[in-house]
Amino acid sequence: MLKIGDKEFSSRLLSGTGKFRDKNDIKGMLERCGSQIITIALRRVNLENPQDNILNYIPKNITLLPNTSGARNAKEAVRIANIARESGCGNFIKIEVIHDAKYLMPDNEETVKATEILAKDGFTVLPYISPDIVTCKKLEDAGASAVMPLGSPIGSNAGLQTKHLIEMIINNSFVPVIVDAGIGLPSHAVQAMEMGADGVLINTAIATAQNPALAAHAFALAIKAGRMAYLAKIEKQKSYANASSPLTGFLNL
Amino acid sequence: MSFLNKLNKYESFDFKEYFNNVNDEMIFASIEKKELNQFDFLNLLSPKAKNHLEKIAQKAHEVTVANFGYTISLYLPIYVSNYCSSDCLYCGFSKKNKIHRKKLTLEEVEIEAREIAKTGIKHILFLTGESRKITPLEYLCDVTKILKKYFSLVAIEVYPMSKEDYEVLFEAGVDGLTVYQEVYDKTLYHSVHVSGEKTNYEYRLDTPERGAKAGFRNINIGALFGIGDIQKEAFFSGLHAKYLSDKYLECELGLSIPRINDAEGDFKPNGILDDTSFVQIMCAYRLFLPRAEINISTRENSQFRDNLLNICATKFSAGSKTEVGGYTKAKTEPQFEISDKRESEEVIQRIQDLGYEPVYKNWESI
Repeated sequence: MLKIGDKEFSSRLLSGTGKFRDKNDIKGMLERCGSQIITIALRRVNLENPQDNILNYIPKNITLLPNTSGARNAKEAVRIANIARESGCGNFIKIEVIHDAKYLMPDNEETVKATEILAKDGFTVLPYISPDIVTCKKLEDAGASAVMPLGSPIGSNAGLQTKHLIEMIINNSFVPVIVDAGIGLPSHAVQAMEMGADGVLINTAIATAQNPALAAHAFALAIKAGRMAYLAKIEKQKSYANASSPLTGFLNL
Repeated sequence: MSFLNKLNKYESFDFKEYFNNVNDEMIFASIEKKELNQFDFLNLLSPKAKNHLEKIAQKAHEVTVANFGYTISLYLPIYVSNYCSSDCLYCGFSKKNKIHRKKLTLEEVEIEAREIAKTGIKHILFLTGESRKITPLEYLCDVTKILKKYFSLVAIEVYPMSKEDYEVLFEAGVDGLTVYQEVYDKTLYHSVHVSGEKTNYEYRLDTPERGAKAGFRNINIGALFGIGDIQKEAFFSGLHAKYLSDKYLECELGLSIPRINDAEGDFKPNGILDDTSFVQIMCAYRLFLPRAEINISTRENSQFRDNLLNICATKFSAGSKTEVGGYTKAKTEPQFEISDKRESEEVIQRIQDLGYEPVYKNWESI
């Protein structure tokens, strides 16, 4: 089970609501893949217009993970998080502080600041970050309930370009590590899970597929396979042969 | 450093010679590149690239879907005043034109806002003619505060202001700034801007930058096609947007492609931007600036707009009125003639039928 804050989830696939052709596709996508957590941009929540309001297209049993997309600093992220909670989106918050409209790379420094404030205020905080182990340690201290390092820039579908950096985080983290952004294919998701990631968030690749529900299902299976491989401790490929005359045989180990 | 320094570097650049040397291989290489430089951008704008427009459009579509998904942002313009202190040959609001002048009272702004809000669209662009005297900063702040009650994102298209004045507007609730250079060619700029504040080329050129410094999150720029050389104007518009997005990473840049049509006023355009060149420019903008918003107004007709949606447009106005007080009781002349006369519901329905998600709200007032 994936435990985040005080909640447990059997699915390790986190999904998103952005970029779909039709909001009505979201429900079928969730049913097909079994994802139990979905991220929504608070900026897209429209309480005044039921037809446009994204919240009306998400089944009630799904945990909402509102995000602070559009925030350019900690202050704006905190403000958006509070609006999200007041709008009935619950206690979970994905912090997205982006000071770069070009590649949409997160601002780790401001993210740490926002995490500290929001965690103290009772939020279950999942910060989206550039994969940096030092930042992750600061986030743990600040009260983050998970960390979400990026695989590659949002929407790029480029896969795990930051593999080594994420590996460091996974091997040292005391909170769940959810790889977010850039995962374009099920094979990328498998790779992240085999490394020991606790979950993967996938939005663009599912939303922009010809068949979003089928794509989501493929990702869900990949994530399960990757998790099983990790738990089974499948022997990794070796770059050297087993030596026929051991170098340390004389030690009678 | 101002964008002018960059622009000046091209003073002696021989565009004709460059385009003569562009070949198909260069164009294909530029299409395939992940991050295009200014020469790739020029290759895509070259006359020869028209032979490969389908290929370029396919790539532009792919890049748009990756960055924006199957969505299109909606907004509406509200004209609050048509008083103007400048004389610009191509513009219906020019001070020389004998048109009915009107400035909405704050009560009238509220009535219009309430009417526009019925469409459900939460993004608004408010416009004035360029008269500092008739529509001073205080008035603009008052209008902003009223609009903020009905809309989550408010952008302005008014006369160029100082960074300090923009800061006041930002505090009052303005989120975005639209300002068009109209024409980047200096000589032509001076020939069409006859008198008034708008004659100051350099001040206008630095306006989006002052807006970015003041904190606006969206900056929308562009050239008005029909005054200068088409390729050069498109090139400098793209370069200007690139300069701003490199320097102010936190700003979301947008580009518009307004064009003067033949039927408009007495102004004789210098070469009409035809549909093919329009699409070429739009796609070149997209590949050069993958995350830039591309805004298509109701200046364009419905059929053309629907087709652009499938290529790489990301922002539409829908059901626009370009007269002062146009949503409730228009009496004035419009700034420009609208071609897409459909009401907003009809445009929105069409967007959905084409397999796109209309975005009514993409910002929260914070």
